[in-house]
Amino acid sequence: MTYTPVPPIVTARLGQYDDAHTLARAVETGAYGALRTALGQTPEAVMEQVKVAVLQGRGGAGFPAGNKWGLLPAGKFPRWLVVNGDESEPGTYKDRILMERDPHQLIEGALICAYAIRASQVFIYVRGEMALAQERIADALNDAYAAGYVGRRILGSDWSMDITLHWGAGAYIVGDETALLESLSGRRGMPRPKPPYFPAAIGLYDDPTIVNNVETLSNLPWIVEHGGEAFAALGSEKTNGTRMFAVSGHVKRPGTFEVGSGQVTFRDLFYDERLCGGIREDRKLKAFIPGGGSAPWFFEEHLDLPLDPTVVGPAGSMLGSGAIVVMDETTDMVRAAWRLVRFFAGESCGKCTPCREGVSWLQRIYERILAGHGRPEDLALLEDVGWGISPGPYPGAGVHPGDAAFPFPPRQTTICVLGPSAVAPVMSSLRRFRDEYLAYIAQATAPEATVA
Amino acid sequence: MALKVTIDGREVDAERGELVIAVAERAGVYIPRFCYHPRMRSVGMCRMCIVNVDGGRGPALTAACIAEVSDGMRVDTRAPEVKKVQDGVLEFLLINHPLDCPVCDKGGECPLQDQTLRFGPGESRFVEEKRHFEKPIAISGLVLLDRERCILCDRCTRFSKEVAGDPLIHFVDRGNATQVNTFPDHPFASYFSGNVVQLCPVGALTAVTYRFAARPWDIERVESTCTSCSVGCRVAVESTTNHITRYQGLDSEPVNQGWLCDRGRFDFGWIDSEDRLTTPLLREGGELVEATWGEALETAARQLSDVVATHGPEAVGVIGGARLTNEDCYAWAKLAKSVLRTDNVDAQLGDGLPPEVVLGLPAATIAEACAASAVVLLGPDLKEELPVLFLRLRAAIGRGVPVVELTPSPTSLSPLVATSLVHRPGEAAALAAALVAPGDPTGEIAGVPPAAVAAARAALAGHDDRVVVVLGRPSLAESPDGTVAAAGALRSGLPGATFLPVLRRGNVRGALDLGLAPGLLPGRVTLDAGREWFAHHWGSVPEDRGLDTAAMLAAASEGRLHALVLLGADPLADFPDRQLARRALTSVGQLIAVDTFITESTRHATVVLPAAGYAEKEGTTTNLEGRVSRLGRKVVASGTSRADWIIAVELADRMGADLGFERPEDVWDEIERIAPAHAGATRALLEAPGRVDGVLVPATGDPAAGAATLAEVVARDPSAAAAPASVPDGSQGGVGVRVRGVLAPVAPASADGGDAPASDAPPEDAPASDAPPDTPARPPVLTWAAPASVQEPPPRDAYSLRLVSGRDLYDPLVVSVSRTPHLAGLARPAALGVNPFELERLGVDDGGTVLLTSARGAVAVTAVADPAVPRGTARLGFNLASPGAAELIDAAAAVTDVRLERP
Repeated sequence: MTYTPVPPIVTARLGQYDDAHTLARAVETGAYGALRTALGQTPEAVMEQVKVAVLQGRGGAGFPAGNKWGLLPAGKFPRWLVVNGDESEPGTYKDRILMERDPHQLIEGALICAYAIRASQVFIYVRGEMALAQERIADALNDAYAAGYVGRRILGSDWSMDITLHWGAGAYIVGDETALLESLSGRRGMPRPKPPYFPAAIGLYDDPTIVNNVETLSNLPWIVEHGGEAFAALGSEKTNGTRMFAVSGHVKRPGTFEVGSGQVTFRDLFYDERLCGGIREDRKLKAFIPGGGSAPWFFEEHLDLPLDPTVVGPAGSMLGSGAIVVMDETTDMVRAAWRLVRFFAGESCGKCTPCREGVSWLQRIYERILAGHGRPEDLALLEDVGWGISPGPYPGAGVHPGDAAFPFPPRQTTICVLGPSAVAPVMSSLRRFRDEYLAYIAQATAPEATVA
Repeated sequence: MALKVTIDGREVDAERGELVIAVAERAGVYIPRFCYHPRMRSVGMCRMCIVNVDGGRGPALTAACIAEVSDGMRVDTRAPEVKKVQDGVLEFLLINHPLDCPVCDKGGECPLQDQTLRFGPGESRFVEEKRHFEKPIAISGLVLLDRERCILCDRCTRFSKEVAGDPLIHFVDRGNATQVNTFPDHPFASYFSGNVVQLCPVGALTAVTYRFAARPWDIERVESTCTSCSVGCRVAVESTTNHITRYQGLDSEPVNQGWLCDRGRFDFGWIDSEDRLTTPLLREGGELVEATWGEALETAARQLSDVVATHGPEAVGVIGGARLTNEDCYAWAKLAKSVLRTDNVDAQLGDGLPPEVVLGLPAATIAEACAASAVVLLGPDLKEELPVLFLRLRAAIGRGVPVVELTPSPTSLSPLVATSLVHRPGEAAALAAALVAPGDPTGEIAGVPPAAVAAARAALAGHDDRVVVVLGRPSLAESPDGTVAAAGALRSGLPGATFLPVLRRGNVRGALDLGLAPGLLPGRVTLDAGREWFAHHWGSVPEDRGLDTAAMLAAASEGRLHALVLLGADPLADFPDRQLARRALTSVGQLIAVDTFITESTRHATVVLPAAGYAEKEGTTTNLEGRVSRLGRKVVASGTSRADWIIAVELADRMGADLGFERPEDVWDEIERIAPAHAGATRALLEAPGRVDGVLVPATGDPAAGAATLAEVVARDPSAAAAPASVPDGSQGGVGVRVRGVLAPVAPASADGGDAPASDAPPEDAPASDAPPDTPARPPVLTWAAPASVQEPPPRDAYSLRLVSGRDLYDPLVVSVSRTPHLAGLARPAALGVNPFELERLGVDDGGTVLLTSARGAVAVTAVADPAVPRGTARLGFNLASPGAAELIDAAAAVTDVRLERP
């Protein structure tokens, strides 16, 4: 596969203008035109277009947006649209770019969705740390309210909609939609067990609720303007449209790239001069994480896989939220795994036992090994503690293609996928780079005094 | 719809909506758990209950406390994978648990310990240092929290927020640093804090009273009933080496559902108090000096006999009885009414309702109130007076039961109810009439705007037959007449409504049921109706209706009543009109006090007889619904003190009468045989194994009530059939008939089941199987008679405030609070609640001192601005450490008006 650039959808405006976030520039380049088109149709017709487009959710799970909307119980009001702008996965920053650089596109997309699902109100929940995104969205909302794009009788129609901006307090777990809803309603951000109830049935304030990702909604203006068929025609056979990827780590040109969905391989992405331009200082690739900190790792032999969730999953990992972290040959894989585990241990909400206790235990075993107090039995212990959080033969350890498919959600003893997320780097590094662990253990100076 | 579920290979029937963990438990498969509690919402947090559940798409590891059963579901709790997950969760829970079991109060009864032994891996692979927190921190005066032991199951936090409505403890921080704690400067000051100690599955939450007090294997327990108020929560009384160590709530579905209030849970310190009376006392030369029982009983009997001989039986009065057991009450009723032949007997101290109202209105149970289609609340602040009933109603409101509250000042339920109508004190009757009258009101009623009345009418509309009225005394500063008239209006306006009487005192319902009230005889019959029957069984009964407490005190103060017996009653502390009580006790010739402590009132006594207290005697008690349940004896009575029924027997003996009782069981058997309402409530039924819920009397045909399951009890336990049985008369929808001494269970009659037990029809004669032909007919239990028309309260002048007064939970003048060290300090300081407008008018700051003057007296008290109190109304706690409302109230007045002045 050779890389062929496609016209961007969600980054079209921000790629062209530095002031794409202003109302003037946005309107000049067509913003809110799709909203006008949508308001000229019935909500059902808009929803139908999105169904035809098969717009897979860009937040990680990849559930088609139109189908998700269809799960709302008929005739039950109020119902809410919540925009999940709590992008926190290690390595992910595509939604931040969209919120900072083109907030009107997001607002327009949210309004179209709200119209299609007959929502009562829209909430935009933005991650606590993203100050610029907050400010840009707040300004954009003020301008859009003043210009009549949001609020009462939008664009002169008889349809009104309010959008409320909410600033998170800074917790990774609130990226989980049920934890986000708890937080938004004023409670502690902890995920709810699901099943039995998904947000479409019992969501915010126990009312039916649709939670959509920023990138997902940012696609809607284009879909309404060009039609679902046109969107479906883009991308590969199994995944439509374009997708944003945020590449970080040891590449020459890290950044976000919008490419045709499923039409680019990892090799294209890392090495093409128009994309990342190769590994830094032309070193060898050692490993890469294809879908954010929670995803099992990929290696050299996975480079020619396309960036297609339906391919990446069976190959043993996941494309998740489009965050790709590249590690070159100088990377200490034990430290790399520890760094991710430490993140998840710190972000565990503390609600369920295996995540709260197990992940911090993993972290402490790593810290002991790195401090020169490792024991040979620690490797089996790491695996077994991991099993207690995410049981079973861990399929997506990404040792080589042909590993069993990575199930999503993964098998878990926890309420949400945060716990299993912490197990992914452990299993991936432990299986592929066992020698690095053994080297640490061989260097161990003295066993640590044990305090049980 | 019935479903079939397979659990570990065995097919089980289940209902839709049931949880896997509950269905498995019913089938005898115990799935380990920490956070799951059947009385609270499932959260699925501890992950201990993970099992393999196959709902049709293959087995998956699923938390059994979250998963609802579905038809054909297969559950495997023993798969190797499940076992490994259980090992894993327990190892995780223990990595930061201090394992200080040898010094932990929970050790020996700890779910973490027990389930680790049964389901755990046996050893830990954790070699790092455990998490550390400061060892126990006091989160309230009663509860300590050791965060190192905590496994973060959310039971305590969930209870506080969802069940009690006191969200004062929370999770703070996150990840492995998560802890339960209070917010700074907001202690866990909940009336229900002790429940979290009982709920805690580890030793993280411990009670100050139990800390290092005993080990579980040294504890003996007996089933009993709490008597700190009249809800009658079922408890286990536990002791070691003859000391009460703690009370634990038992789960009785119709009553407390496992919960207790803190007053009920912690009020045992007084039992061991060094100030308890241990010997009788006699007044000699102005001093109370120790005496032997023989001397004291002799003196008391002589004093009573002399007064009867000189002034007639109506010169003797008996006040009190709500502290007593049913057996005590009956023995004293029999002594007073058949030996002394006085009807001046009253278990209420001017703070209740007329007994005919309590016993005569068609009755509702707590469960019926909580399942009603609408509830009318007309009573005191339930959180202060009957806390667990507050919890039950709070839960019912949460389930959507509409509650209309009529109250003279806002209560703890006011923020929760559908409609709270805050009316002018003393004018509830007009408001009640407007609620049920045809047509919405056009003008203000008792100070309530017409729109609010209309909203309340809408909430009640259409459920006439399933409305329950919760009826008590909204304020001690007004006479009960207004409340009685309001009940009458509701009774006639809502003909199908039933009533739950909410009197506060422990066994006040039992005392009224058993005749400790003027004009009544045991078994809920009037003096007139029961005269022949009781004269036959007892020998004699009083001629005329006697006096209630207020009238007795008035008669004593005027020299018309010469001997007064106080049965655990302290009128000086407890009667709403303290001046009248003071005059009466200083004027009465002979004052015989039967009590556990020297109180304000017993100081005036001529004879003091020490009584055995709670947990020191056996017997039964009756809760506000009329539910009889057992009291357990766990410790030896203080000093030489005796049960009240024994004292009655001894006094009778010294007056030449034999009450016929040698054991408390003899008393109950006579109650069951003679008291009409109690027929069928046999000891066999009361003592049947597993009867946690007690027996609701009279038998109503409602299976939840207990008596209707007699047939089941008999079927299960043939010995029950051989026990003394009863002859319920045919009109009562009885549960069994005695045919030549053999109990034959019959189907409960449905004709009048659930309503007032005795129909208005004249009773049929008792089955004459073994009764002598000259036995009089068993009298009918009394029914509601509409009250005579009540005087409107006098108009309030524009310079006065009308007083509202109720009790606080931690009533500092009640001995079980004041003599229990951990509760004594919890009493709130006295404060007058008034609308900020009144303070502004006076120029007094919020928190400043004001002088309060009524026609009776004056007190200086701190005033607190409370915008929820309407203008023209003032609220003052009744029993407060400093002089309170009792100094201001005139028992004979309809309302209490006060002037507010700068001191």
